[in-house]
Amino acid sequence: MRRSWWKVLCIILLAYTIIGGLLLPVPRQFILNETVRNLYYHVPMWFTMILLFSYSFYYALRYLRTGNMEYDVKGVSMINAGLLFSVLGMVTGMEWAKYTWGEPWSNDPKQLASALCMLIYFAYIILRGGIKDEEKRAKISAVYNVFAFALMIPLLFVLPRMVDSLHPGNGGNPGFNAYDLDNNMRKVFYPAVLGWYLLGVWIATLQSRINLLQLKKENSF
Amino acid sequence: MASSHLLTLIKKDLLIEWRQKHTLYGVLLYVGCTVFVIYMMNGQPQAKVWNALFWISQLFVAVNAVAKSFLQESPARFRYYFTIVKPANFLLAKMIYSCILLLLMSLASLGLFTLMLGNPLSQTGLFVAITAAGSISLSVIFTFLSAIAARTQQNAALMAILGFPLIIPILMMLSNLSLKAIAPVYQPGWWLIALYLMLLSLLVVILGIILFPFLWQE
Repeated sequence: MRRSWWKVLCIILLAYTIIGGLLLPVPRQFILNETVRNLYYHVPMWFTMILLFSYSFYYALRYLRTGNMEYDVKGVSMINAGLLFSVLGMVTGMEWAKYTWGEPWSNDPKQLASALCMLIYFAYIILRGGIKDEEKRAKISAVYNVFAFALMIPLLFVLPRMVDSLHPGNGGNPGFNAYDLDNNMRKVFYPAVLGWYLLGVWIATLQSRINLLQLKKENSF
Repeated sequence: MASSHLLTLIKKDLLIEWRQKHTLYGVLLYVGCTVFVIYMMNGQPQAKVWNALFWISQLFVAVNAVAKSFLQESPARFRYYFTIVKPANFLLAKMIYSCILLLLMSLASLGLFTLMLGNPLSQTGLFVAITAAGSISLSVIFTFLSAIAARTQQNAALMAILGFPLIIPILMMLSNLSLKAIAPVYQPGWWLIALYLMLLSLLVVILGIILFPFLWQE
């Protein structure tokens, strides 16, 4: 992970996302207007969050199989970075919703689902804070992580059946593919997703490297 | 052999419950107080509000009734169990015990609800069946979370924090399902949601059996 080419790629892609996302032409839609540019910033936040939480799930499984503290440290960093992206995604989404749906909180299933994700992983952080012993903390939090992640996926699947959605592609609304995501937008959207992914992984690896060094220092004498 | 272990463990928990009646009555009194508070605040609500209040009170009753399942055991006694039974048996016994307990509490609170807050049910049998299914899903999830909370030696509040985000969608499913027993509304996909709820409870049990051995070791 210490090779630098993907970090350079990340910076280039994000610079392109910010410049291209604000300057390149977008289709004019009723109500959406220029806010459609938020697609490049809001949607990739959720993709990145889900990717980071999946990584932490993977590390929790690895930890339970091997008992290696390294995986615990890596898993937590993934969750911390994931929570950062979830907060950013929520803020950008609420701002967007204020201008298009009329109010920042409008009982949309995706909004509810992401709020639930945030609650689950905030609970994870609280759980970790409550345990002093390192090995025990790693083990118990890994168990909770696996349990919560495995339950969360079916729950997220069932939630849209309970409430109607305002998001494109649900509840009778046309999806982005139908008319919004024209080729101009694709040219920015896909690089943006990749760029934000890389940024998320970059933040998480930086934090896990610091924590791993600390762990080594504490255990060295 | 395994099933006899399971039965012995369930019998032990029920016997302890029966001998220490104050905890059982404590939970019953909690149910009664909750219903009374709702009645004092709201009088007799409309059918839909009745349904929502019922499931919210079920949530809090579940937290209080099921929290005891693991939190009442001392760490030293855990070590003793560790030497004599398999973890899967131990967890299953606790789950079945809390299912039985919560089933009784749910029926008691349903009785109190119809007594004090009015009876909007048009299909009582269906509502009782949904309540039973709901108590099973609530108790299996909270039993596993109380196992996690017990290992951290924290209070029941941690269990609630861990459990609420996971339980919210299940409560929404339950209240949607039970609307059918209250008002004759057309609900497409009712059976699908019911099936989903059962599969979810099964998933929790399976996950619990897989993960509990890791919690159990020190």
